[in-house]
This record gives sequence, structure tokens and C-alpha cells, in this order.
Amino acid sequence: MREDLGLYDYRPWDQRLPIRWPNDAKVAFWVAPNIEFYELDPAPNPHRRAWPRPLPDIQGYATRDYGNRVGHMRMMELLDKYGVRGAVSLSTALCEHHPEIIELCKARDWEFFSHGIYNTRYAYGMDEAQERAMIEESMYTIAQHTGQRCAGYLAPALTHTERTLDLFSEAGGLYTCDLFHDDQPTPVRVRSGKPFVSVPYSLELNDTIVYVVNRIEPRRYGDMIKQAFDRLYQEGEQGGTVLCVPLHAYQVGHPHRLRAFEEALAYVVGHSDVWVTTGREIAEYYLEHYYEQAVGE
Amino acid sequence: MTLDPRYLEYPLRRYGMDHDRYEWSMLAQRAPIAWPGGTRLALWLNVAVQFFPLNQSGKPFAPPGSMVTAYPDLRHFTLRDYGNRVGIFRCLDALDRFGVTPTFSVNAAVAARYPALLERLVGRGNEILASSWHMDSLHHGGLPSDEEAALVERSLRTLRTATGQSVQGWLSPARSQSRNTPDLLAAQGVRYMGDWLNDDMPYGFRTKRGELVALPLSLELEDRFIMQDNLHSEWEYAQQVEDACDYLLAEAEKTGHGRLLALSVHPWLLGQPHRIGALERVLKHLSERPGIWSASASDIVAAWRRRQP
Repeated sequence: MREDLGLYDYRPWDQRLPIRWPNDAKVAFWVAPNIEFYELDPAPNPHRRAWPRPLPDIQGYATRDYGNRVGHMRMMELLDKYGVRGAVSLSTALCEHHPEIIELCKARDWEFFSHGIYNTRYAYGMDEAQERAMIEESMYTIAQHTGQRCAGYLAPALTHTERTLDLFSEAGGLYTCDLFHDDQPTPVRVRSGKPFVSVPYSLELNDTIVYVVNRIEPRRYGDMIKQAFDRLYQEGEQGGTVLCVPLHAYQVGHPHRLRAFEEALAYVVGHSDVWVTTGREIAEYYLEHYYEQAVGE
Repeated sequence: MTLDPRYLEYPLRRYGMDHDRYEWSMLAQRAPIAWPGGTRLALWLNVAVQFFPLNQSGKPFAPPGSMVTAYPDLRHFTLRDYGNRVGIFRCLDALDRFGVTPTFSVNAAVAARYPALLERLVGRGNEILASSWHMDSLHHGGLPSDEEAALVERSLRTLRTATGQSVQGWLSPARSQSRNTPDLLAAQGVRYMGDWLNDDMPYGFRTKRGELVALPLSLELEDRFIMQDNLHSEWEYAQQVEDACDYLLAEAEKTGHGRLLALSVHPWLLGQPHRIGALERVLKHLSERPGIWSASASDIVAAWRRRQP
């Protein structure tokens, strides 16, 4: 184990890159629906239990299943209403389990990126070949079912090894959502030396963190998104910022939570200088326009 | 480090679910169902009538609301007992005042411990559904099948005898099941269960002894989950239920599909004098909205069954 993996350099916020997003937008806004499949009876990982209760943990399982059966359509229709294309953090086995959901997202030109194969299969304990195989298989599945070349990664259940980002870059990936150190994209050092970036994925505004970990009231979640947006919009005048809202249909898709989320969504996209975009588009724009400058300084 | 190679094998990676209990389907893509009288939103108001034993085993886990301190935890024991002595009567008054039909999920131990209370509930003409023996008799993967079968049989027999009702509904303590629970329930004449909370409508659930109806009893909208787990205030609870009600009604109106609002309330929690007003606020809201069908759980199940192709 190492004190720090040395993935990126320190850059103080008051010396951030003067990023200009397309059309001089101050904030790049993206929504990342996590579309996940949790197994009822997953193979055991010696480093992390999949479910808190003894198997079968039907409460945990059914809670997740609600997202696919019920919540997804509500969340998707809300994003449609406000002209937001999702960038899907995908448990890629869902392509086989629930192809209907994949087709609905494809029809909307949503981005798909890898969130592993199942959210109940963790990278902990994998050797390099195993983790590479898992990552490559997930990317292959996305290509096969969506025709997209997977650009982004969010480790399944946020389970990492020291090699995770190296392996994803070597497999052809461009960006990671696994690092929460900044409100701008930053270069990430991988062993191959290939250009690779971190795109901000606001874990603090992730609905599961909000509702399950921090136990926040639905209307307060809406306020939190608005407050975050206001500050990033203001600061975006000095250098473009990123606001990501990561979602789970099994959390935000409940009938007591959608109204507050809709208000926040309407508020954000109702501002003029917002680039409503996806993770891939942010990564590609940054790589094309700012990566060299950031690495060279 | 390396993992067993089987960790990278996925034998149940296939279309649909990774088990055979129910079909995969998205709620929005199912055939529309209208409730009786052209109503849009079926309301299952479930009142949990529970007994938490002082000498709980806590195995394999302590159910929500159970004993916390070292034995004897008189603190939590009596706070729960309060629900059956005091709180439930406040809840009943509120339900009657706003004309909402309750269904009572009852631990069978209540029949022996609080016979006068059970008599009152039965005398009202409301449905009783079974909730196993008591809150510490959990159904779980480590429970031998014969022990679980006996637990189901004893609970149903006790409640059927005490109430004179057929008792066709089931709610497992802590919504916890073993792999056998649905089969054992169906074998004992249960027709529906509330444990699986993955939908906003009833759906068919396969067992080795015929089909059950899964009637999902929401956890996210449960008073105990919102106030005790999430530590939200009683008024925040009321707000969330009202928002859910209005959202589901609007969705039902827009799509022409019926919906289910399944609320579980605990008299030991909402029946406290500083919280009962929140239940009254919720019931008032529900009673003022057109298009809501307040019905017993088994009436909702029967109406749903009649509308299946």
C-alpha cells in the first residue's frame, strides 16, 4: 500500500485553468444515471460483503430492482423534458438482463460508459489479469450492444485497485469518474503515459450518497443542487467549472423525490450560460483544448 | 492477490431476472389497469401491530425497532408497548375521522398478549394480515425449512383462530425472507405478501405451490424509515407522503394506469402525541384528493387479479 497513488498534480483553485466551454458557458452540466444490476446471490468476494443481511437479502435486492422496473422511466422522462442526455454509468450485464432499458437510452443518443459488469462484483482482490479482463469485457459489451466505444469508467461499487485507471486507459478509455478532488477536469497520470483525464463526478450530490449515506430530505436535495450550481456558475466566470449530478433510478425515481429533483433540474437548465453535455464530451473537449496546457505547466 | 476464477463467471447473466420468482417488466410498459369506480390510486394503509420480545435473540440481525440496550431493555420494550396501549387508539381515531380503511399486519403473539386489542380490531371489520410470530422471529436464509414451515403454520393458525378471518396476507418481520418463504406461504393458503418492495403495483410471484401476488409495501415511505432511520421530522414525513401521493395521482392521470400507494404506519411511532398530527395531516390530504381508492389489501389484490388477462 502506498501513501498516495500520485495520480495527479496539485493545482490550487485560484490558479485553475481559464477554461472556456463551448459558447462561453460557465458551467458544463452533466447528469450520470447509474443503471445498475445487483445480483440476488452474487459470488462471494473475500474483501467485501455484497449485502448487509444474510442471503437472500430481498430488501436490498428489491430496492435496486425498483429502479429498473419503475424509477428508470420516470427519471428518463424528466431528463427528456429538460433536454438532458444522460451519460450512463452502466452495469454492463444489464445489456443482457434488461435490453429494453438500453434501447430506450440508445434512442435518446445517451452515452454509455463502464461501471463494471455487476454492481455486486468488486475489484477488490483481483489480480491484474482479472481486473483487465473484467474491464475489457465490460467495454466489449457496451460496444456490442450500443455500438459505442466506451470512453469513461466508474469502478463497480467504487471498488478500486492501484492499477484500475492504468488498466482502463490501456483498454482504450479516455476518462475516469472515480476521483473527486476538483471541480474542473484534470490530467490523470497513467503508466502508459497516454492522455487520460478525470471528469468531475460530484459524489456529494450523488443521490445515493445524499439519501442513503447522509439521509437528506428530498426537498433539501433539490436545494443542494441549486446551491452547488449557483456557486459553480459564479466561479465559472474565471474558469469553466463542471457540475455533475449522479443519479440512481432506485433513489431519485421514487414518487416523493421527483418533484424536488425536477425543480432543481429546471433551475439549472434555465440559465443561459450552461453547457448541457455528457462526460465523454467534456473529456474530449478538455483533451483537445486544455490537456497539453495543464500537463505542461 | 487473486480471486477464485469463478468470481469472473456469470452463470445467471441472461435476459430478465437472475432468479425465477417473477417476470422482468417495466411498470410503464404494462397493460393499463383502472381501479374500481374509475379510481386512479389504490391506497393500502397498513397499521403494524407488533410485539418486540424483551429477550430477543437478535439473530441473524436485530429487526428495525427492536431492543437496543443490554438486557433488560425496558426503555425500548415499553416504547413499543406504548403503541398497543395508547398509540393505536389515536391512529384509529384519525383513520375513522378521515374515512381511510386500514389493514392491520399483526404478529401472531399479539393474539395471546393483547386479546382485547385484537378483538377491537376484528370488531371493526377490518382485514388482519399475518406478520409471523413476533418481530424477533425472522425468516432468513439460515432458518431450516421445517422450522420455518412450523413458524408459518403456527402464526397463521393462531391468527385465523383468533380472528375468524381467512387471513390470506403476509408481511415478514423486517421484510426478511428465506429462499423458501414464498413457497411455505403459498402452501399455507396465503394469497399475497408485502415483503418485496420493487414496484408501485401488484405483480405475480411464482412459488412451488402456485402463484402469489406481491403487493409491495413501500419502505421508503414508511413512517419508521423516514423518522427513525433517516431522522427526518414528522412534518417532513407528512410532506414526503403528500408529494408521493400527488406524484402517483398525476402519473396515473397522465398514463391512464392505476397505481398503488402502500403506506405502513407504526402506532408506537406515529401514535406519540407530538406525531399524531402528522398522520392526521397525511390522512386529510389523502381524503381530499379525488381518484383515491382506500381499500383493504386483499380487496386491492382481488381487484388486480380480476384485471389480469
